[in-house]
Amino acid sequence: MTAVLPSTEQVWDWLGEVPDPEIPVVSVTELGIVREVRWEGETLVVAVTPTYSGCPATSVIDLMIETQLREKGITDLRLERRLSPPWTTDWVTEAARDKLRAYGIAPPVDGTASDGLMAGRAARLSGRSNLVIACPRCGSSHTERVSQYGSTPCKASYRCRDCLEPFDYFKCH
Amino acid sequence: MPSLPDAATPDVARLAERAAAAQSHDPHIADVALKPAFFDWLCRMGDNSLILGHRISEWCGHGPVLEEDIALANTALDLIGHTQMWLGLAAEVEGSGRSADDLAFLRDAMKFRNLKLVELPNGDMAVTLMREFLFDAFHYELLTALTKSSSPRVAEIAAKALKEVSYHLERSSDLVVRLGDGTEESHARMQAALNKVWGYTGEMFAADAVDDAVAEAGIAPALADLLPLWQRTVAEVLDEATLSQPEQRFDAQTGGKQGRHTEHLGYILAEMQFLQRAYPGASW
Repeated sequence: MTAVLPSTEQVWDWLGEVPDPEIPVVSVTELGIVREVRWEGETLVVAVTPTYSGCPATSVIDLMIETQLREKGITDLRLERRLSPPWTTDWVTEAARDKLRAYGIAPPVDGTASDGLMAGRAARLSGRSNLVIACPRCGSSHTERVSQYGSTPCKASYRCRDCLEPFDYFKCH
Repeated sequence: MPSLPDAATPDVARLAERAAAAQSHDPHIADVALKPAFFDWLCRMGDNSLILGHRISEWCGHGPVLEEDIALANTALDLIGHTQMWLGLAAEVEGSGRSADDLAFLRDAMKFRNLKLVELPNGDMAVTLMREFLFDAFHYELLTALTKSSSPRVAEIAAKALKEVSYHLERSSDLVVRLGDGTEESHARMQAALNKVWGYTGEMFAADAVDDAVAEAGIAPALADLLPLWQRTVAEVLDEATLSQPEQRFDAQTGGKQGRHTEHLGYILAEMQFLQRAYPGASW
C-alpha cells in the first residue's frame, strides 16, 4: 500500500501560512515568490524565486518553507531556486496589498512594475513626479520620497507631508 | 563582509544535473572549445560585482547620512547577489567541482578578472558615487544587451540583475546631478572625483580575445557597441550636473580583466578571504 500524497492545492494552502520573515503580515504565496509546486514521483518540488538577488531573507524563507512542509508530514522535499521570469511586484496579490497598507507599508502603485519604473524615470528626467504614493496612515497623496531605499531591499522611505509620518513604500519592481 | 549569502550556494553536481534536464538547456555549457573564454568572461562579470559590492559595503555604518548608508548597503547586497549567480554559473561551466564561494574566497589576485575601476579605494562619497555612476551606466547597457544572449542561463541572470541595476543607475545619476550642481564644495569634489576615476573607465570597452570569443558565440554584445550608449548617458548626466568631461584619455588604466591589478585588490582580498584561508571550509 502506498501512502496518499497530499494534493498540490493542499501544499499551496500550507505555504499560504508561511509568513514573509521581514513583513510577517503577508505570506510567501501572496508575495508571489512561490512559483510552482509539483510532485516528481514521491518527491515534492517547490520552486521559489528571490525578490532581490541579494535579499538576505532568501535563506530564511527557504528554511521556513521547509520547516512548514516537514511539520505537515512531507519527508521527501526539494526546493528549487528559479530565476526566470524574474520576480515582479505585479505578482503581489490584491489581498496582500491591503494587508501591507494596514500594516503601514504603502503597497506598490497600481499598474505594472515596468510602467512604474518607466514612469518614475520619466518623472525624474522631467523634474516632476507623476507617481502618487498615498500615505498608508492618513491616505493623503501629499507625500515625498526621502530615500530610494528603506529597511529592506524591496522598500523605499517616504514621508507624508500632511500627517508628517514617515512610512515605507513597497517599491515597484 | 561575512560569507556570501548561503541560500544560493550552488551544489555544482546538482546544478549541472538540473541544468542538463532543464527546458532551457544551454548549448554553450557543453562547448569545450568555448569553455576557457566563457569561464573567464563569467568570472569578469562575477568579479566586477563582487569587488564593487565589497567596496560599497565598506560604507556600511560610515555613510554620511542614514539614508545613504542604507542605500549603499542595499546596492552592495544586490551586487553580491549578482556575484552568486555569475560565479555560480562560472563554476558550473568550469565543471571541476569548484563552487561560487571557492571562486570568491580561494582565488589569488592574479586570477581575479574585475576592472581596475571597481577595486579603487572608495575615497570620499564623491569618488564612490562617481565611480558607481560611471560603472552603472555601463552595467545597465551591458545587462540590457545580455537579456538577449544566446545563452539562456546568461540571459536569465541578466534579466534578474537588470531590474536592480536600473535602480542603481537611477540613484547614482540623480546624486551625481544633485552634488555636481550643488554647492561650490560638492561641485568641486565631484569634478575632482571624475578627474580621478576617468582614466579607468575605458577598460570597460577594451575588448580582448575573451570578449571577442563570447561575442562571436552570441553570448555577449561587442563592447564597442555599448560605448556610444554609455557616452550618451554620461554626457547627458555630466551636462546636467554642470561637470566637465576630462580631456585626458579614458583608457589609460587597463589590465584588470587580464588579472593585472592595482595593489588595492590585494588588500581587499586579504580582508575578504582571511576567514576561509585561515579556517578552510568554515561556515555559519
